[in-house]
Amino acid sequence: MDDLKGFPQELTGADRPMVSFRKVGKAYGPLTVLDDLDLDVAEGEMVSIIGPSGSGKTTVLRMLMTLEEINGGCIYIDGQPLTHMPKNGGLVRANQRHLRARRVDIGMCFQHFNLFPHMTALENCMEGPVQVLGMPKTEARARSEELLEMVGMIEKRDQHPSRLSGGQQQRVAIARALAMRPKVMLFDEVTSALDPEVIGEVTNVIRGLASEHKLTMLMVTHQMGFAQDISDRVCFFYGGKIEEQGPASELFGNPQRERTQQFLSAVKEAV
Amino acid sequence: MTFFEFLVQYWPRLLSGAGVTVVQFFLAAVLGIALSVTMGLMKLSPNRLVSGAAITYIEFFRGTSLLVQLYWIFFVLPLFGLTIDKFTAGYIAVGMNIGAYGAELVRGGILSVPRGQWEAALALNMTPAKRMWRIILPQALVNMLPPWGNLMIELLKGTALVSLISVADLMFEARQINSSTFLSAQVFGAALIIYYIMARFMLTPSMRWLERFMARKMGRA
Repeated sequence: MDDLKGFPQELTGADRPMVSFRKVGKAYGPLTVLDDLDLDVAEGEMVSIIGPSGSGKTTVLRMLMTLEEINGGCIYIDGQPLTHMPKNGGLVRANQRHLRARRVDIGMCFQHFNLFPHMTALENCMEGPVQVLGMPKTEARARSEELLEMVGMIEKRDQHPSRLSGGQQQRVAIARALAMRPKVMLFDEVTSALDPEVIGEVTNVIRGLASEHKLTMLMVTHQMGFAQDISDRVCFFYGGKIEEQGPASELFGNPQRERTQQFLSAVKEAV
Repeated sequence: MTFFEFLVQYWPRLLSGAGVTVVQFFLAAVLGIALSVTMGLMKLSPNRLVSGAAITYIEFFRGTSLLVQLYWIFFVLPLFGLTIDKFTAGYIAVGMNIGAYGAELVRGGILSVPRGQWEAALALNMTPAKRMWRIILPQALVNMLPPWGNLMIELLKGTALVSLISVADLMFEARQINSSTFLSAQVFGAALIIYYIMARFMLTPSMRWLERFMARKMGRA
């Protein structure tokens, strides 16, 4: 990835997007996963990403979390370049220090929760604020308990993850990510590993976040009903591109593209 | 002379030897564990120079005989102007040898921690050092405790070699008693039993306790 030409050093203006993918490409060797992706997410917007497996939807979130390097283009977060940093009037690939400075704005929840098994629910939530933000323990504890209360896990605060069900673990994982007060939250198939009867407890937490908070959210999901319910916008990915996007009601109610129609009808049949 | 009569007469020397063995064991273990963690981490470094240094250390100390290493440290290094007393040379040689095996255990333990744990720590924006010390190593430790138990027993038995550079450990005392009394069966029988007791009734329970302790920390017990 060379220095970028023709990309702005920062995005300005009151209506600038919270997240902006500009011509972002990702390839694993000869395999192109994402092709010149352009995607803007406004502050407070809830965007769902749907599509068949292998369409690159999880990669979008992983690139934004800086878990994957991008091969082309640039990602901006809150107006500032994330994957790059300004230098000599241009943009060069970000170093670790720049990534750490920008990453504070982003939180992520994973399909397999990834709670730290050697810590209790409360310790999991306190770890980031104390170790990364340098917050005093009493303050971090208060903040974490408040969040555990919000996700309905306060009674289990002293349990280790091994004693919690999948749905409970995922709710703790959401609290852990929120404890860092990110501006953007990423949900990567957070209900895919859950038993059907506990999916509701997790989606309800996310539903609450979407309605009550000004959080910007990107969610990859296979649950079409849930996506339709809470998203401001839905993006249908196919073959590393956004095949179609629009308000949830339009994309699900009246899809324009053939591939979208095929995908949605195939999903409906499966249910 | 019966075995009992033998013990009554020689127990002070056997005990003093066993004491030296225990001290040699602890010092070698401390050195070995420190080296294991350092070298295990170094071998995982993306920096070729750093990982190369660790690989060289591991290959050398794992690939050559402990007895030869001991003789090198005690007899050959003085020829290059580095003289180490026999007691120190003893536990340094054993510790460095065991550290080479331990480094591989540490490396394997770290690699056995699921990828998602690294990613979750990164998503919390932790520095690489905190990721390692607070998230990865504690979990790696749990995974590698059982093989460490084996290694500690190897280490204990390995300390018997320091008798060959005249460190007055259990084996050294046994050989001394043997050469003056020719009570080979009694003296080496006693040594055998003492090593077994130390391994079976002191080391193994300690490692079990540590495993249970860590399991509790993980909320598994």
